[in-house]
Amino acid sequence: MTDIATTDTHGAEAVLPTPSQTVGPFYGYALPIPDGGNIAPVGHPDTVTVHGHVYDGEGNPLPDALVELWGAAPDGSVPTATGSMRRDPASGGFVGRNGLEFTGWGRIQTDADGHWVARTLRPGARGGGAPYLAVCVFARGLLMHLFTRIYLPGDDAALAADPVLSQVEEGRRSTLVAEEQAPATYRFDIRLQGENETVFLEYQ
Amino acid sequence: MALTQHDIDKEIAAERDAYEQRVAGGAPVEHHPDRGYAPYRSSVLRHPKRPPVGIDVTKDPELVELSSPAWGERDITELDNDLTRQHRGEPVGERITVEGRLLDREGRPVRGQLVEIWQANSAGRYAHQREQHDAPLDPNFTGAGRTLTDDHGFYRFTTIQPGPYPWRNHTNAWRPAHIHFSVFGRSFTQRLVTQMYFPNDPLFPYDPILHAVTDQAARDRLVAAYDHNLSVPEFSLGYRWDIVLDGPSATWMEEGR
Repeated sequence: MTDIATTDTHGAEAVLPTPSQTVGPFYGYALPIPDGGNIAPVGHPDTVTVHGHVYDGEGNPLPDALVELWGAAPDGSVPTATGSMRRDPASGGFVGRNGLEFTGWGRIQTDADGHWVARTLRPGARGGGAPYLAVCVFARGLLMHLFTRIYLPGDDAALAADPVLSQVEEGRRSTLVAEEQAPATYRFDIRLQGENETVFLEYQ
Repeated sequence: MALTQHDIDKEIAAERDAYEQRVAGGAPVEHHPDRGYAPYRSSVLRHPKRPPVGIDVTKDPELVELSSPAWGERDITELDNDLTRQHRGEPVGERITVEGRLLDREGRPVRGQLVEIWQANSAGRYAHQREQHDAPLDPNFTGAGRTLTDDHGFYRFTTIQPGPYPWRNHTNAWRPAHIHFSVFGRSFTQRLVTQMYFPNDPLFPYDPILHAVTDQAARDRLVAAYDHNLSVPEFSLGYRWDIVLDGPSATWMEEGR
């Protein structure tokens, strides 16, 4: 049953994908990692704090969502450092990040209030778009992850020219732009359904 | 009135019939679940109702989503892929070896990427504090592991056959035995979280999570194959399960993988 069938729609070599399934309710002892949201090297001047809630269609926060972030370095380069989940060969436990290198990737489980917090480096622009953090959301009840983006406010011209934001109807663009609450502190709520539903993305 | 298995069976059949009619009418095969699949009740308030905004990645090869976080030797210890050796004693249950290849849609191996698993113990109990159903915890089994794929895209785990367990989707709901997988690809767009099932499980017809994948052939790809060549003499039974990542990737050209 596990044999990988071929398909004629993507050429002779193409194989069919493994379907997604929900992360379920019990990943909490397996996937969350120490320092999962502390992505920025300690004391780095370009550190930004990004946080928010994840809400369901009735506006209730999700205490069992998992948010993953992936972003460019401040100079726009793609981070290549390993070490997001360093392990200790003696105890078999996690030792956390080393506080020096920037891996660009983080993973945060929402708390009992449905809230997540990450400290990362302000992403730089790449290609023709405005800078952003890529987001992947998982949750019990969500049969396949959802992608979105966190754009940081400040450069209105860059946001107006962004090719992805430009595809989004004007009334919904704000769901992709974080709210500046204090210098270098931004709020970004994720609404899975309902009023002000977050714009989710599909890569083709 | 409490929701019965019969109610869920009818909903599953209706979803399946609707899908078969769509395909017969020329609609594309659906490889992934519809996020709004209602027989799995937890999905009802947790799926977007607006269509996603499509991003044509060929228009911008610089998208950060076309790259992936990097993993290395320090992110893994040697025992991380052996879930039977994480405690002082031996876990209870039937030892299994699970091996497979991580591939992209072109059938190319995906190397050096992170594969994480978690699962219930042999009695069907998760080592999670919110899981309190009446089955024993095993002090010698946590049920979480990770590994990096090798140069040919292979991963390999040694673990314990997980048990089926009850849940509260409806009265007398039971999940077929499964292992949760979380997998990274060469690009963030290829991210996958899924579940691997075991062949011939009698609970398959009753499970709305498995049936959220409405296409029979796609559902079959979630089921591992027993592979006697993977069984280790006097130690474990072998299962083979290849994983194919969906979603575009740009880096294959430069990396020649």
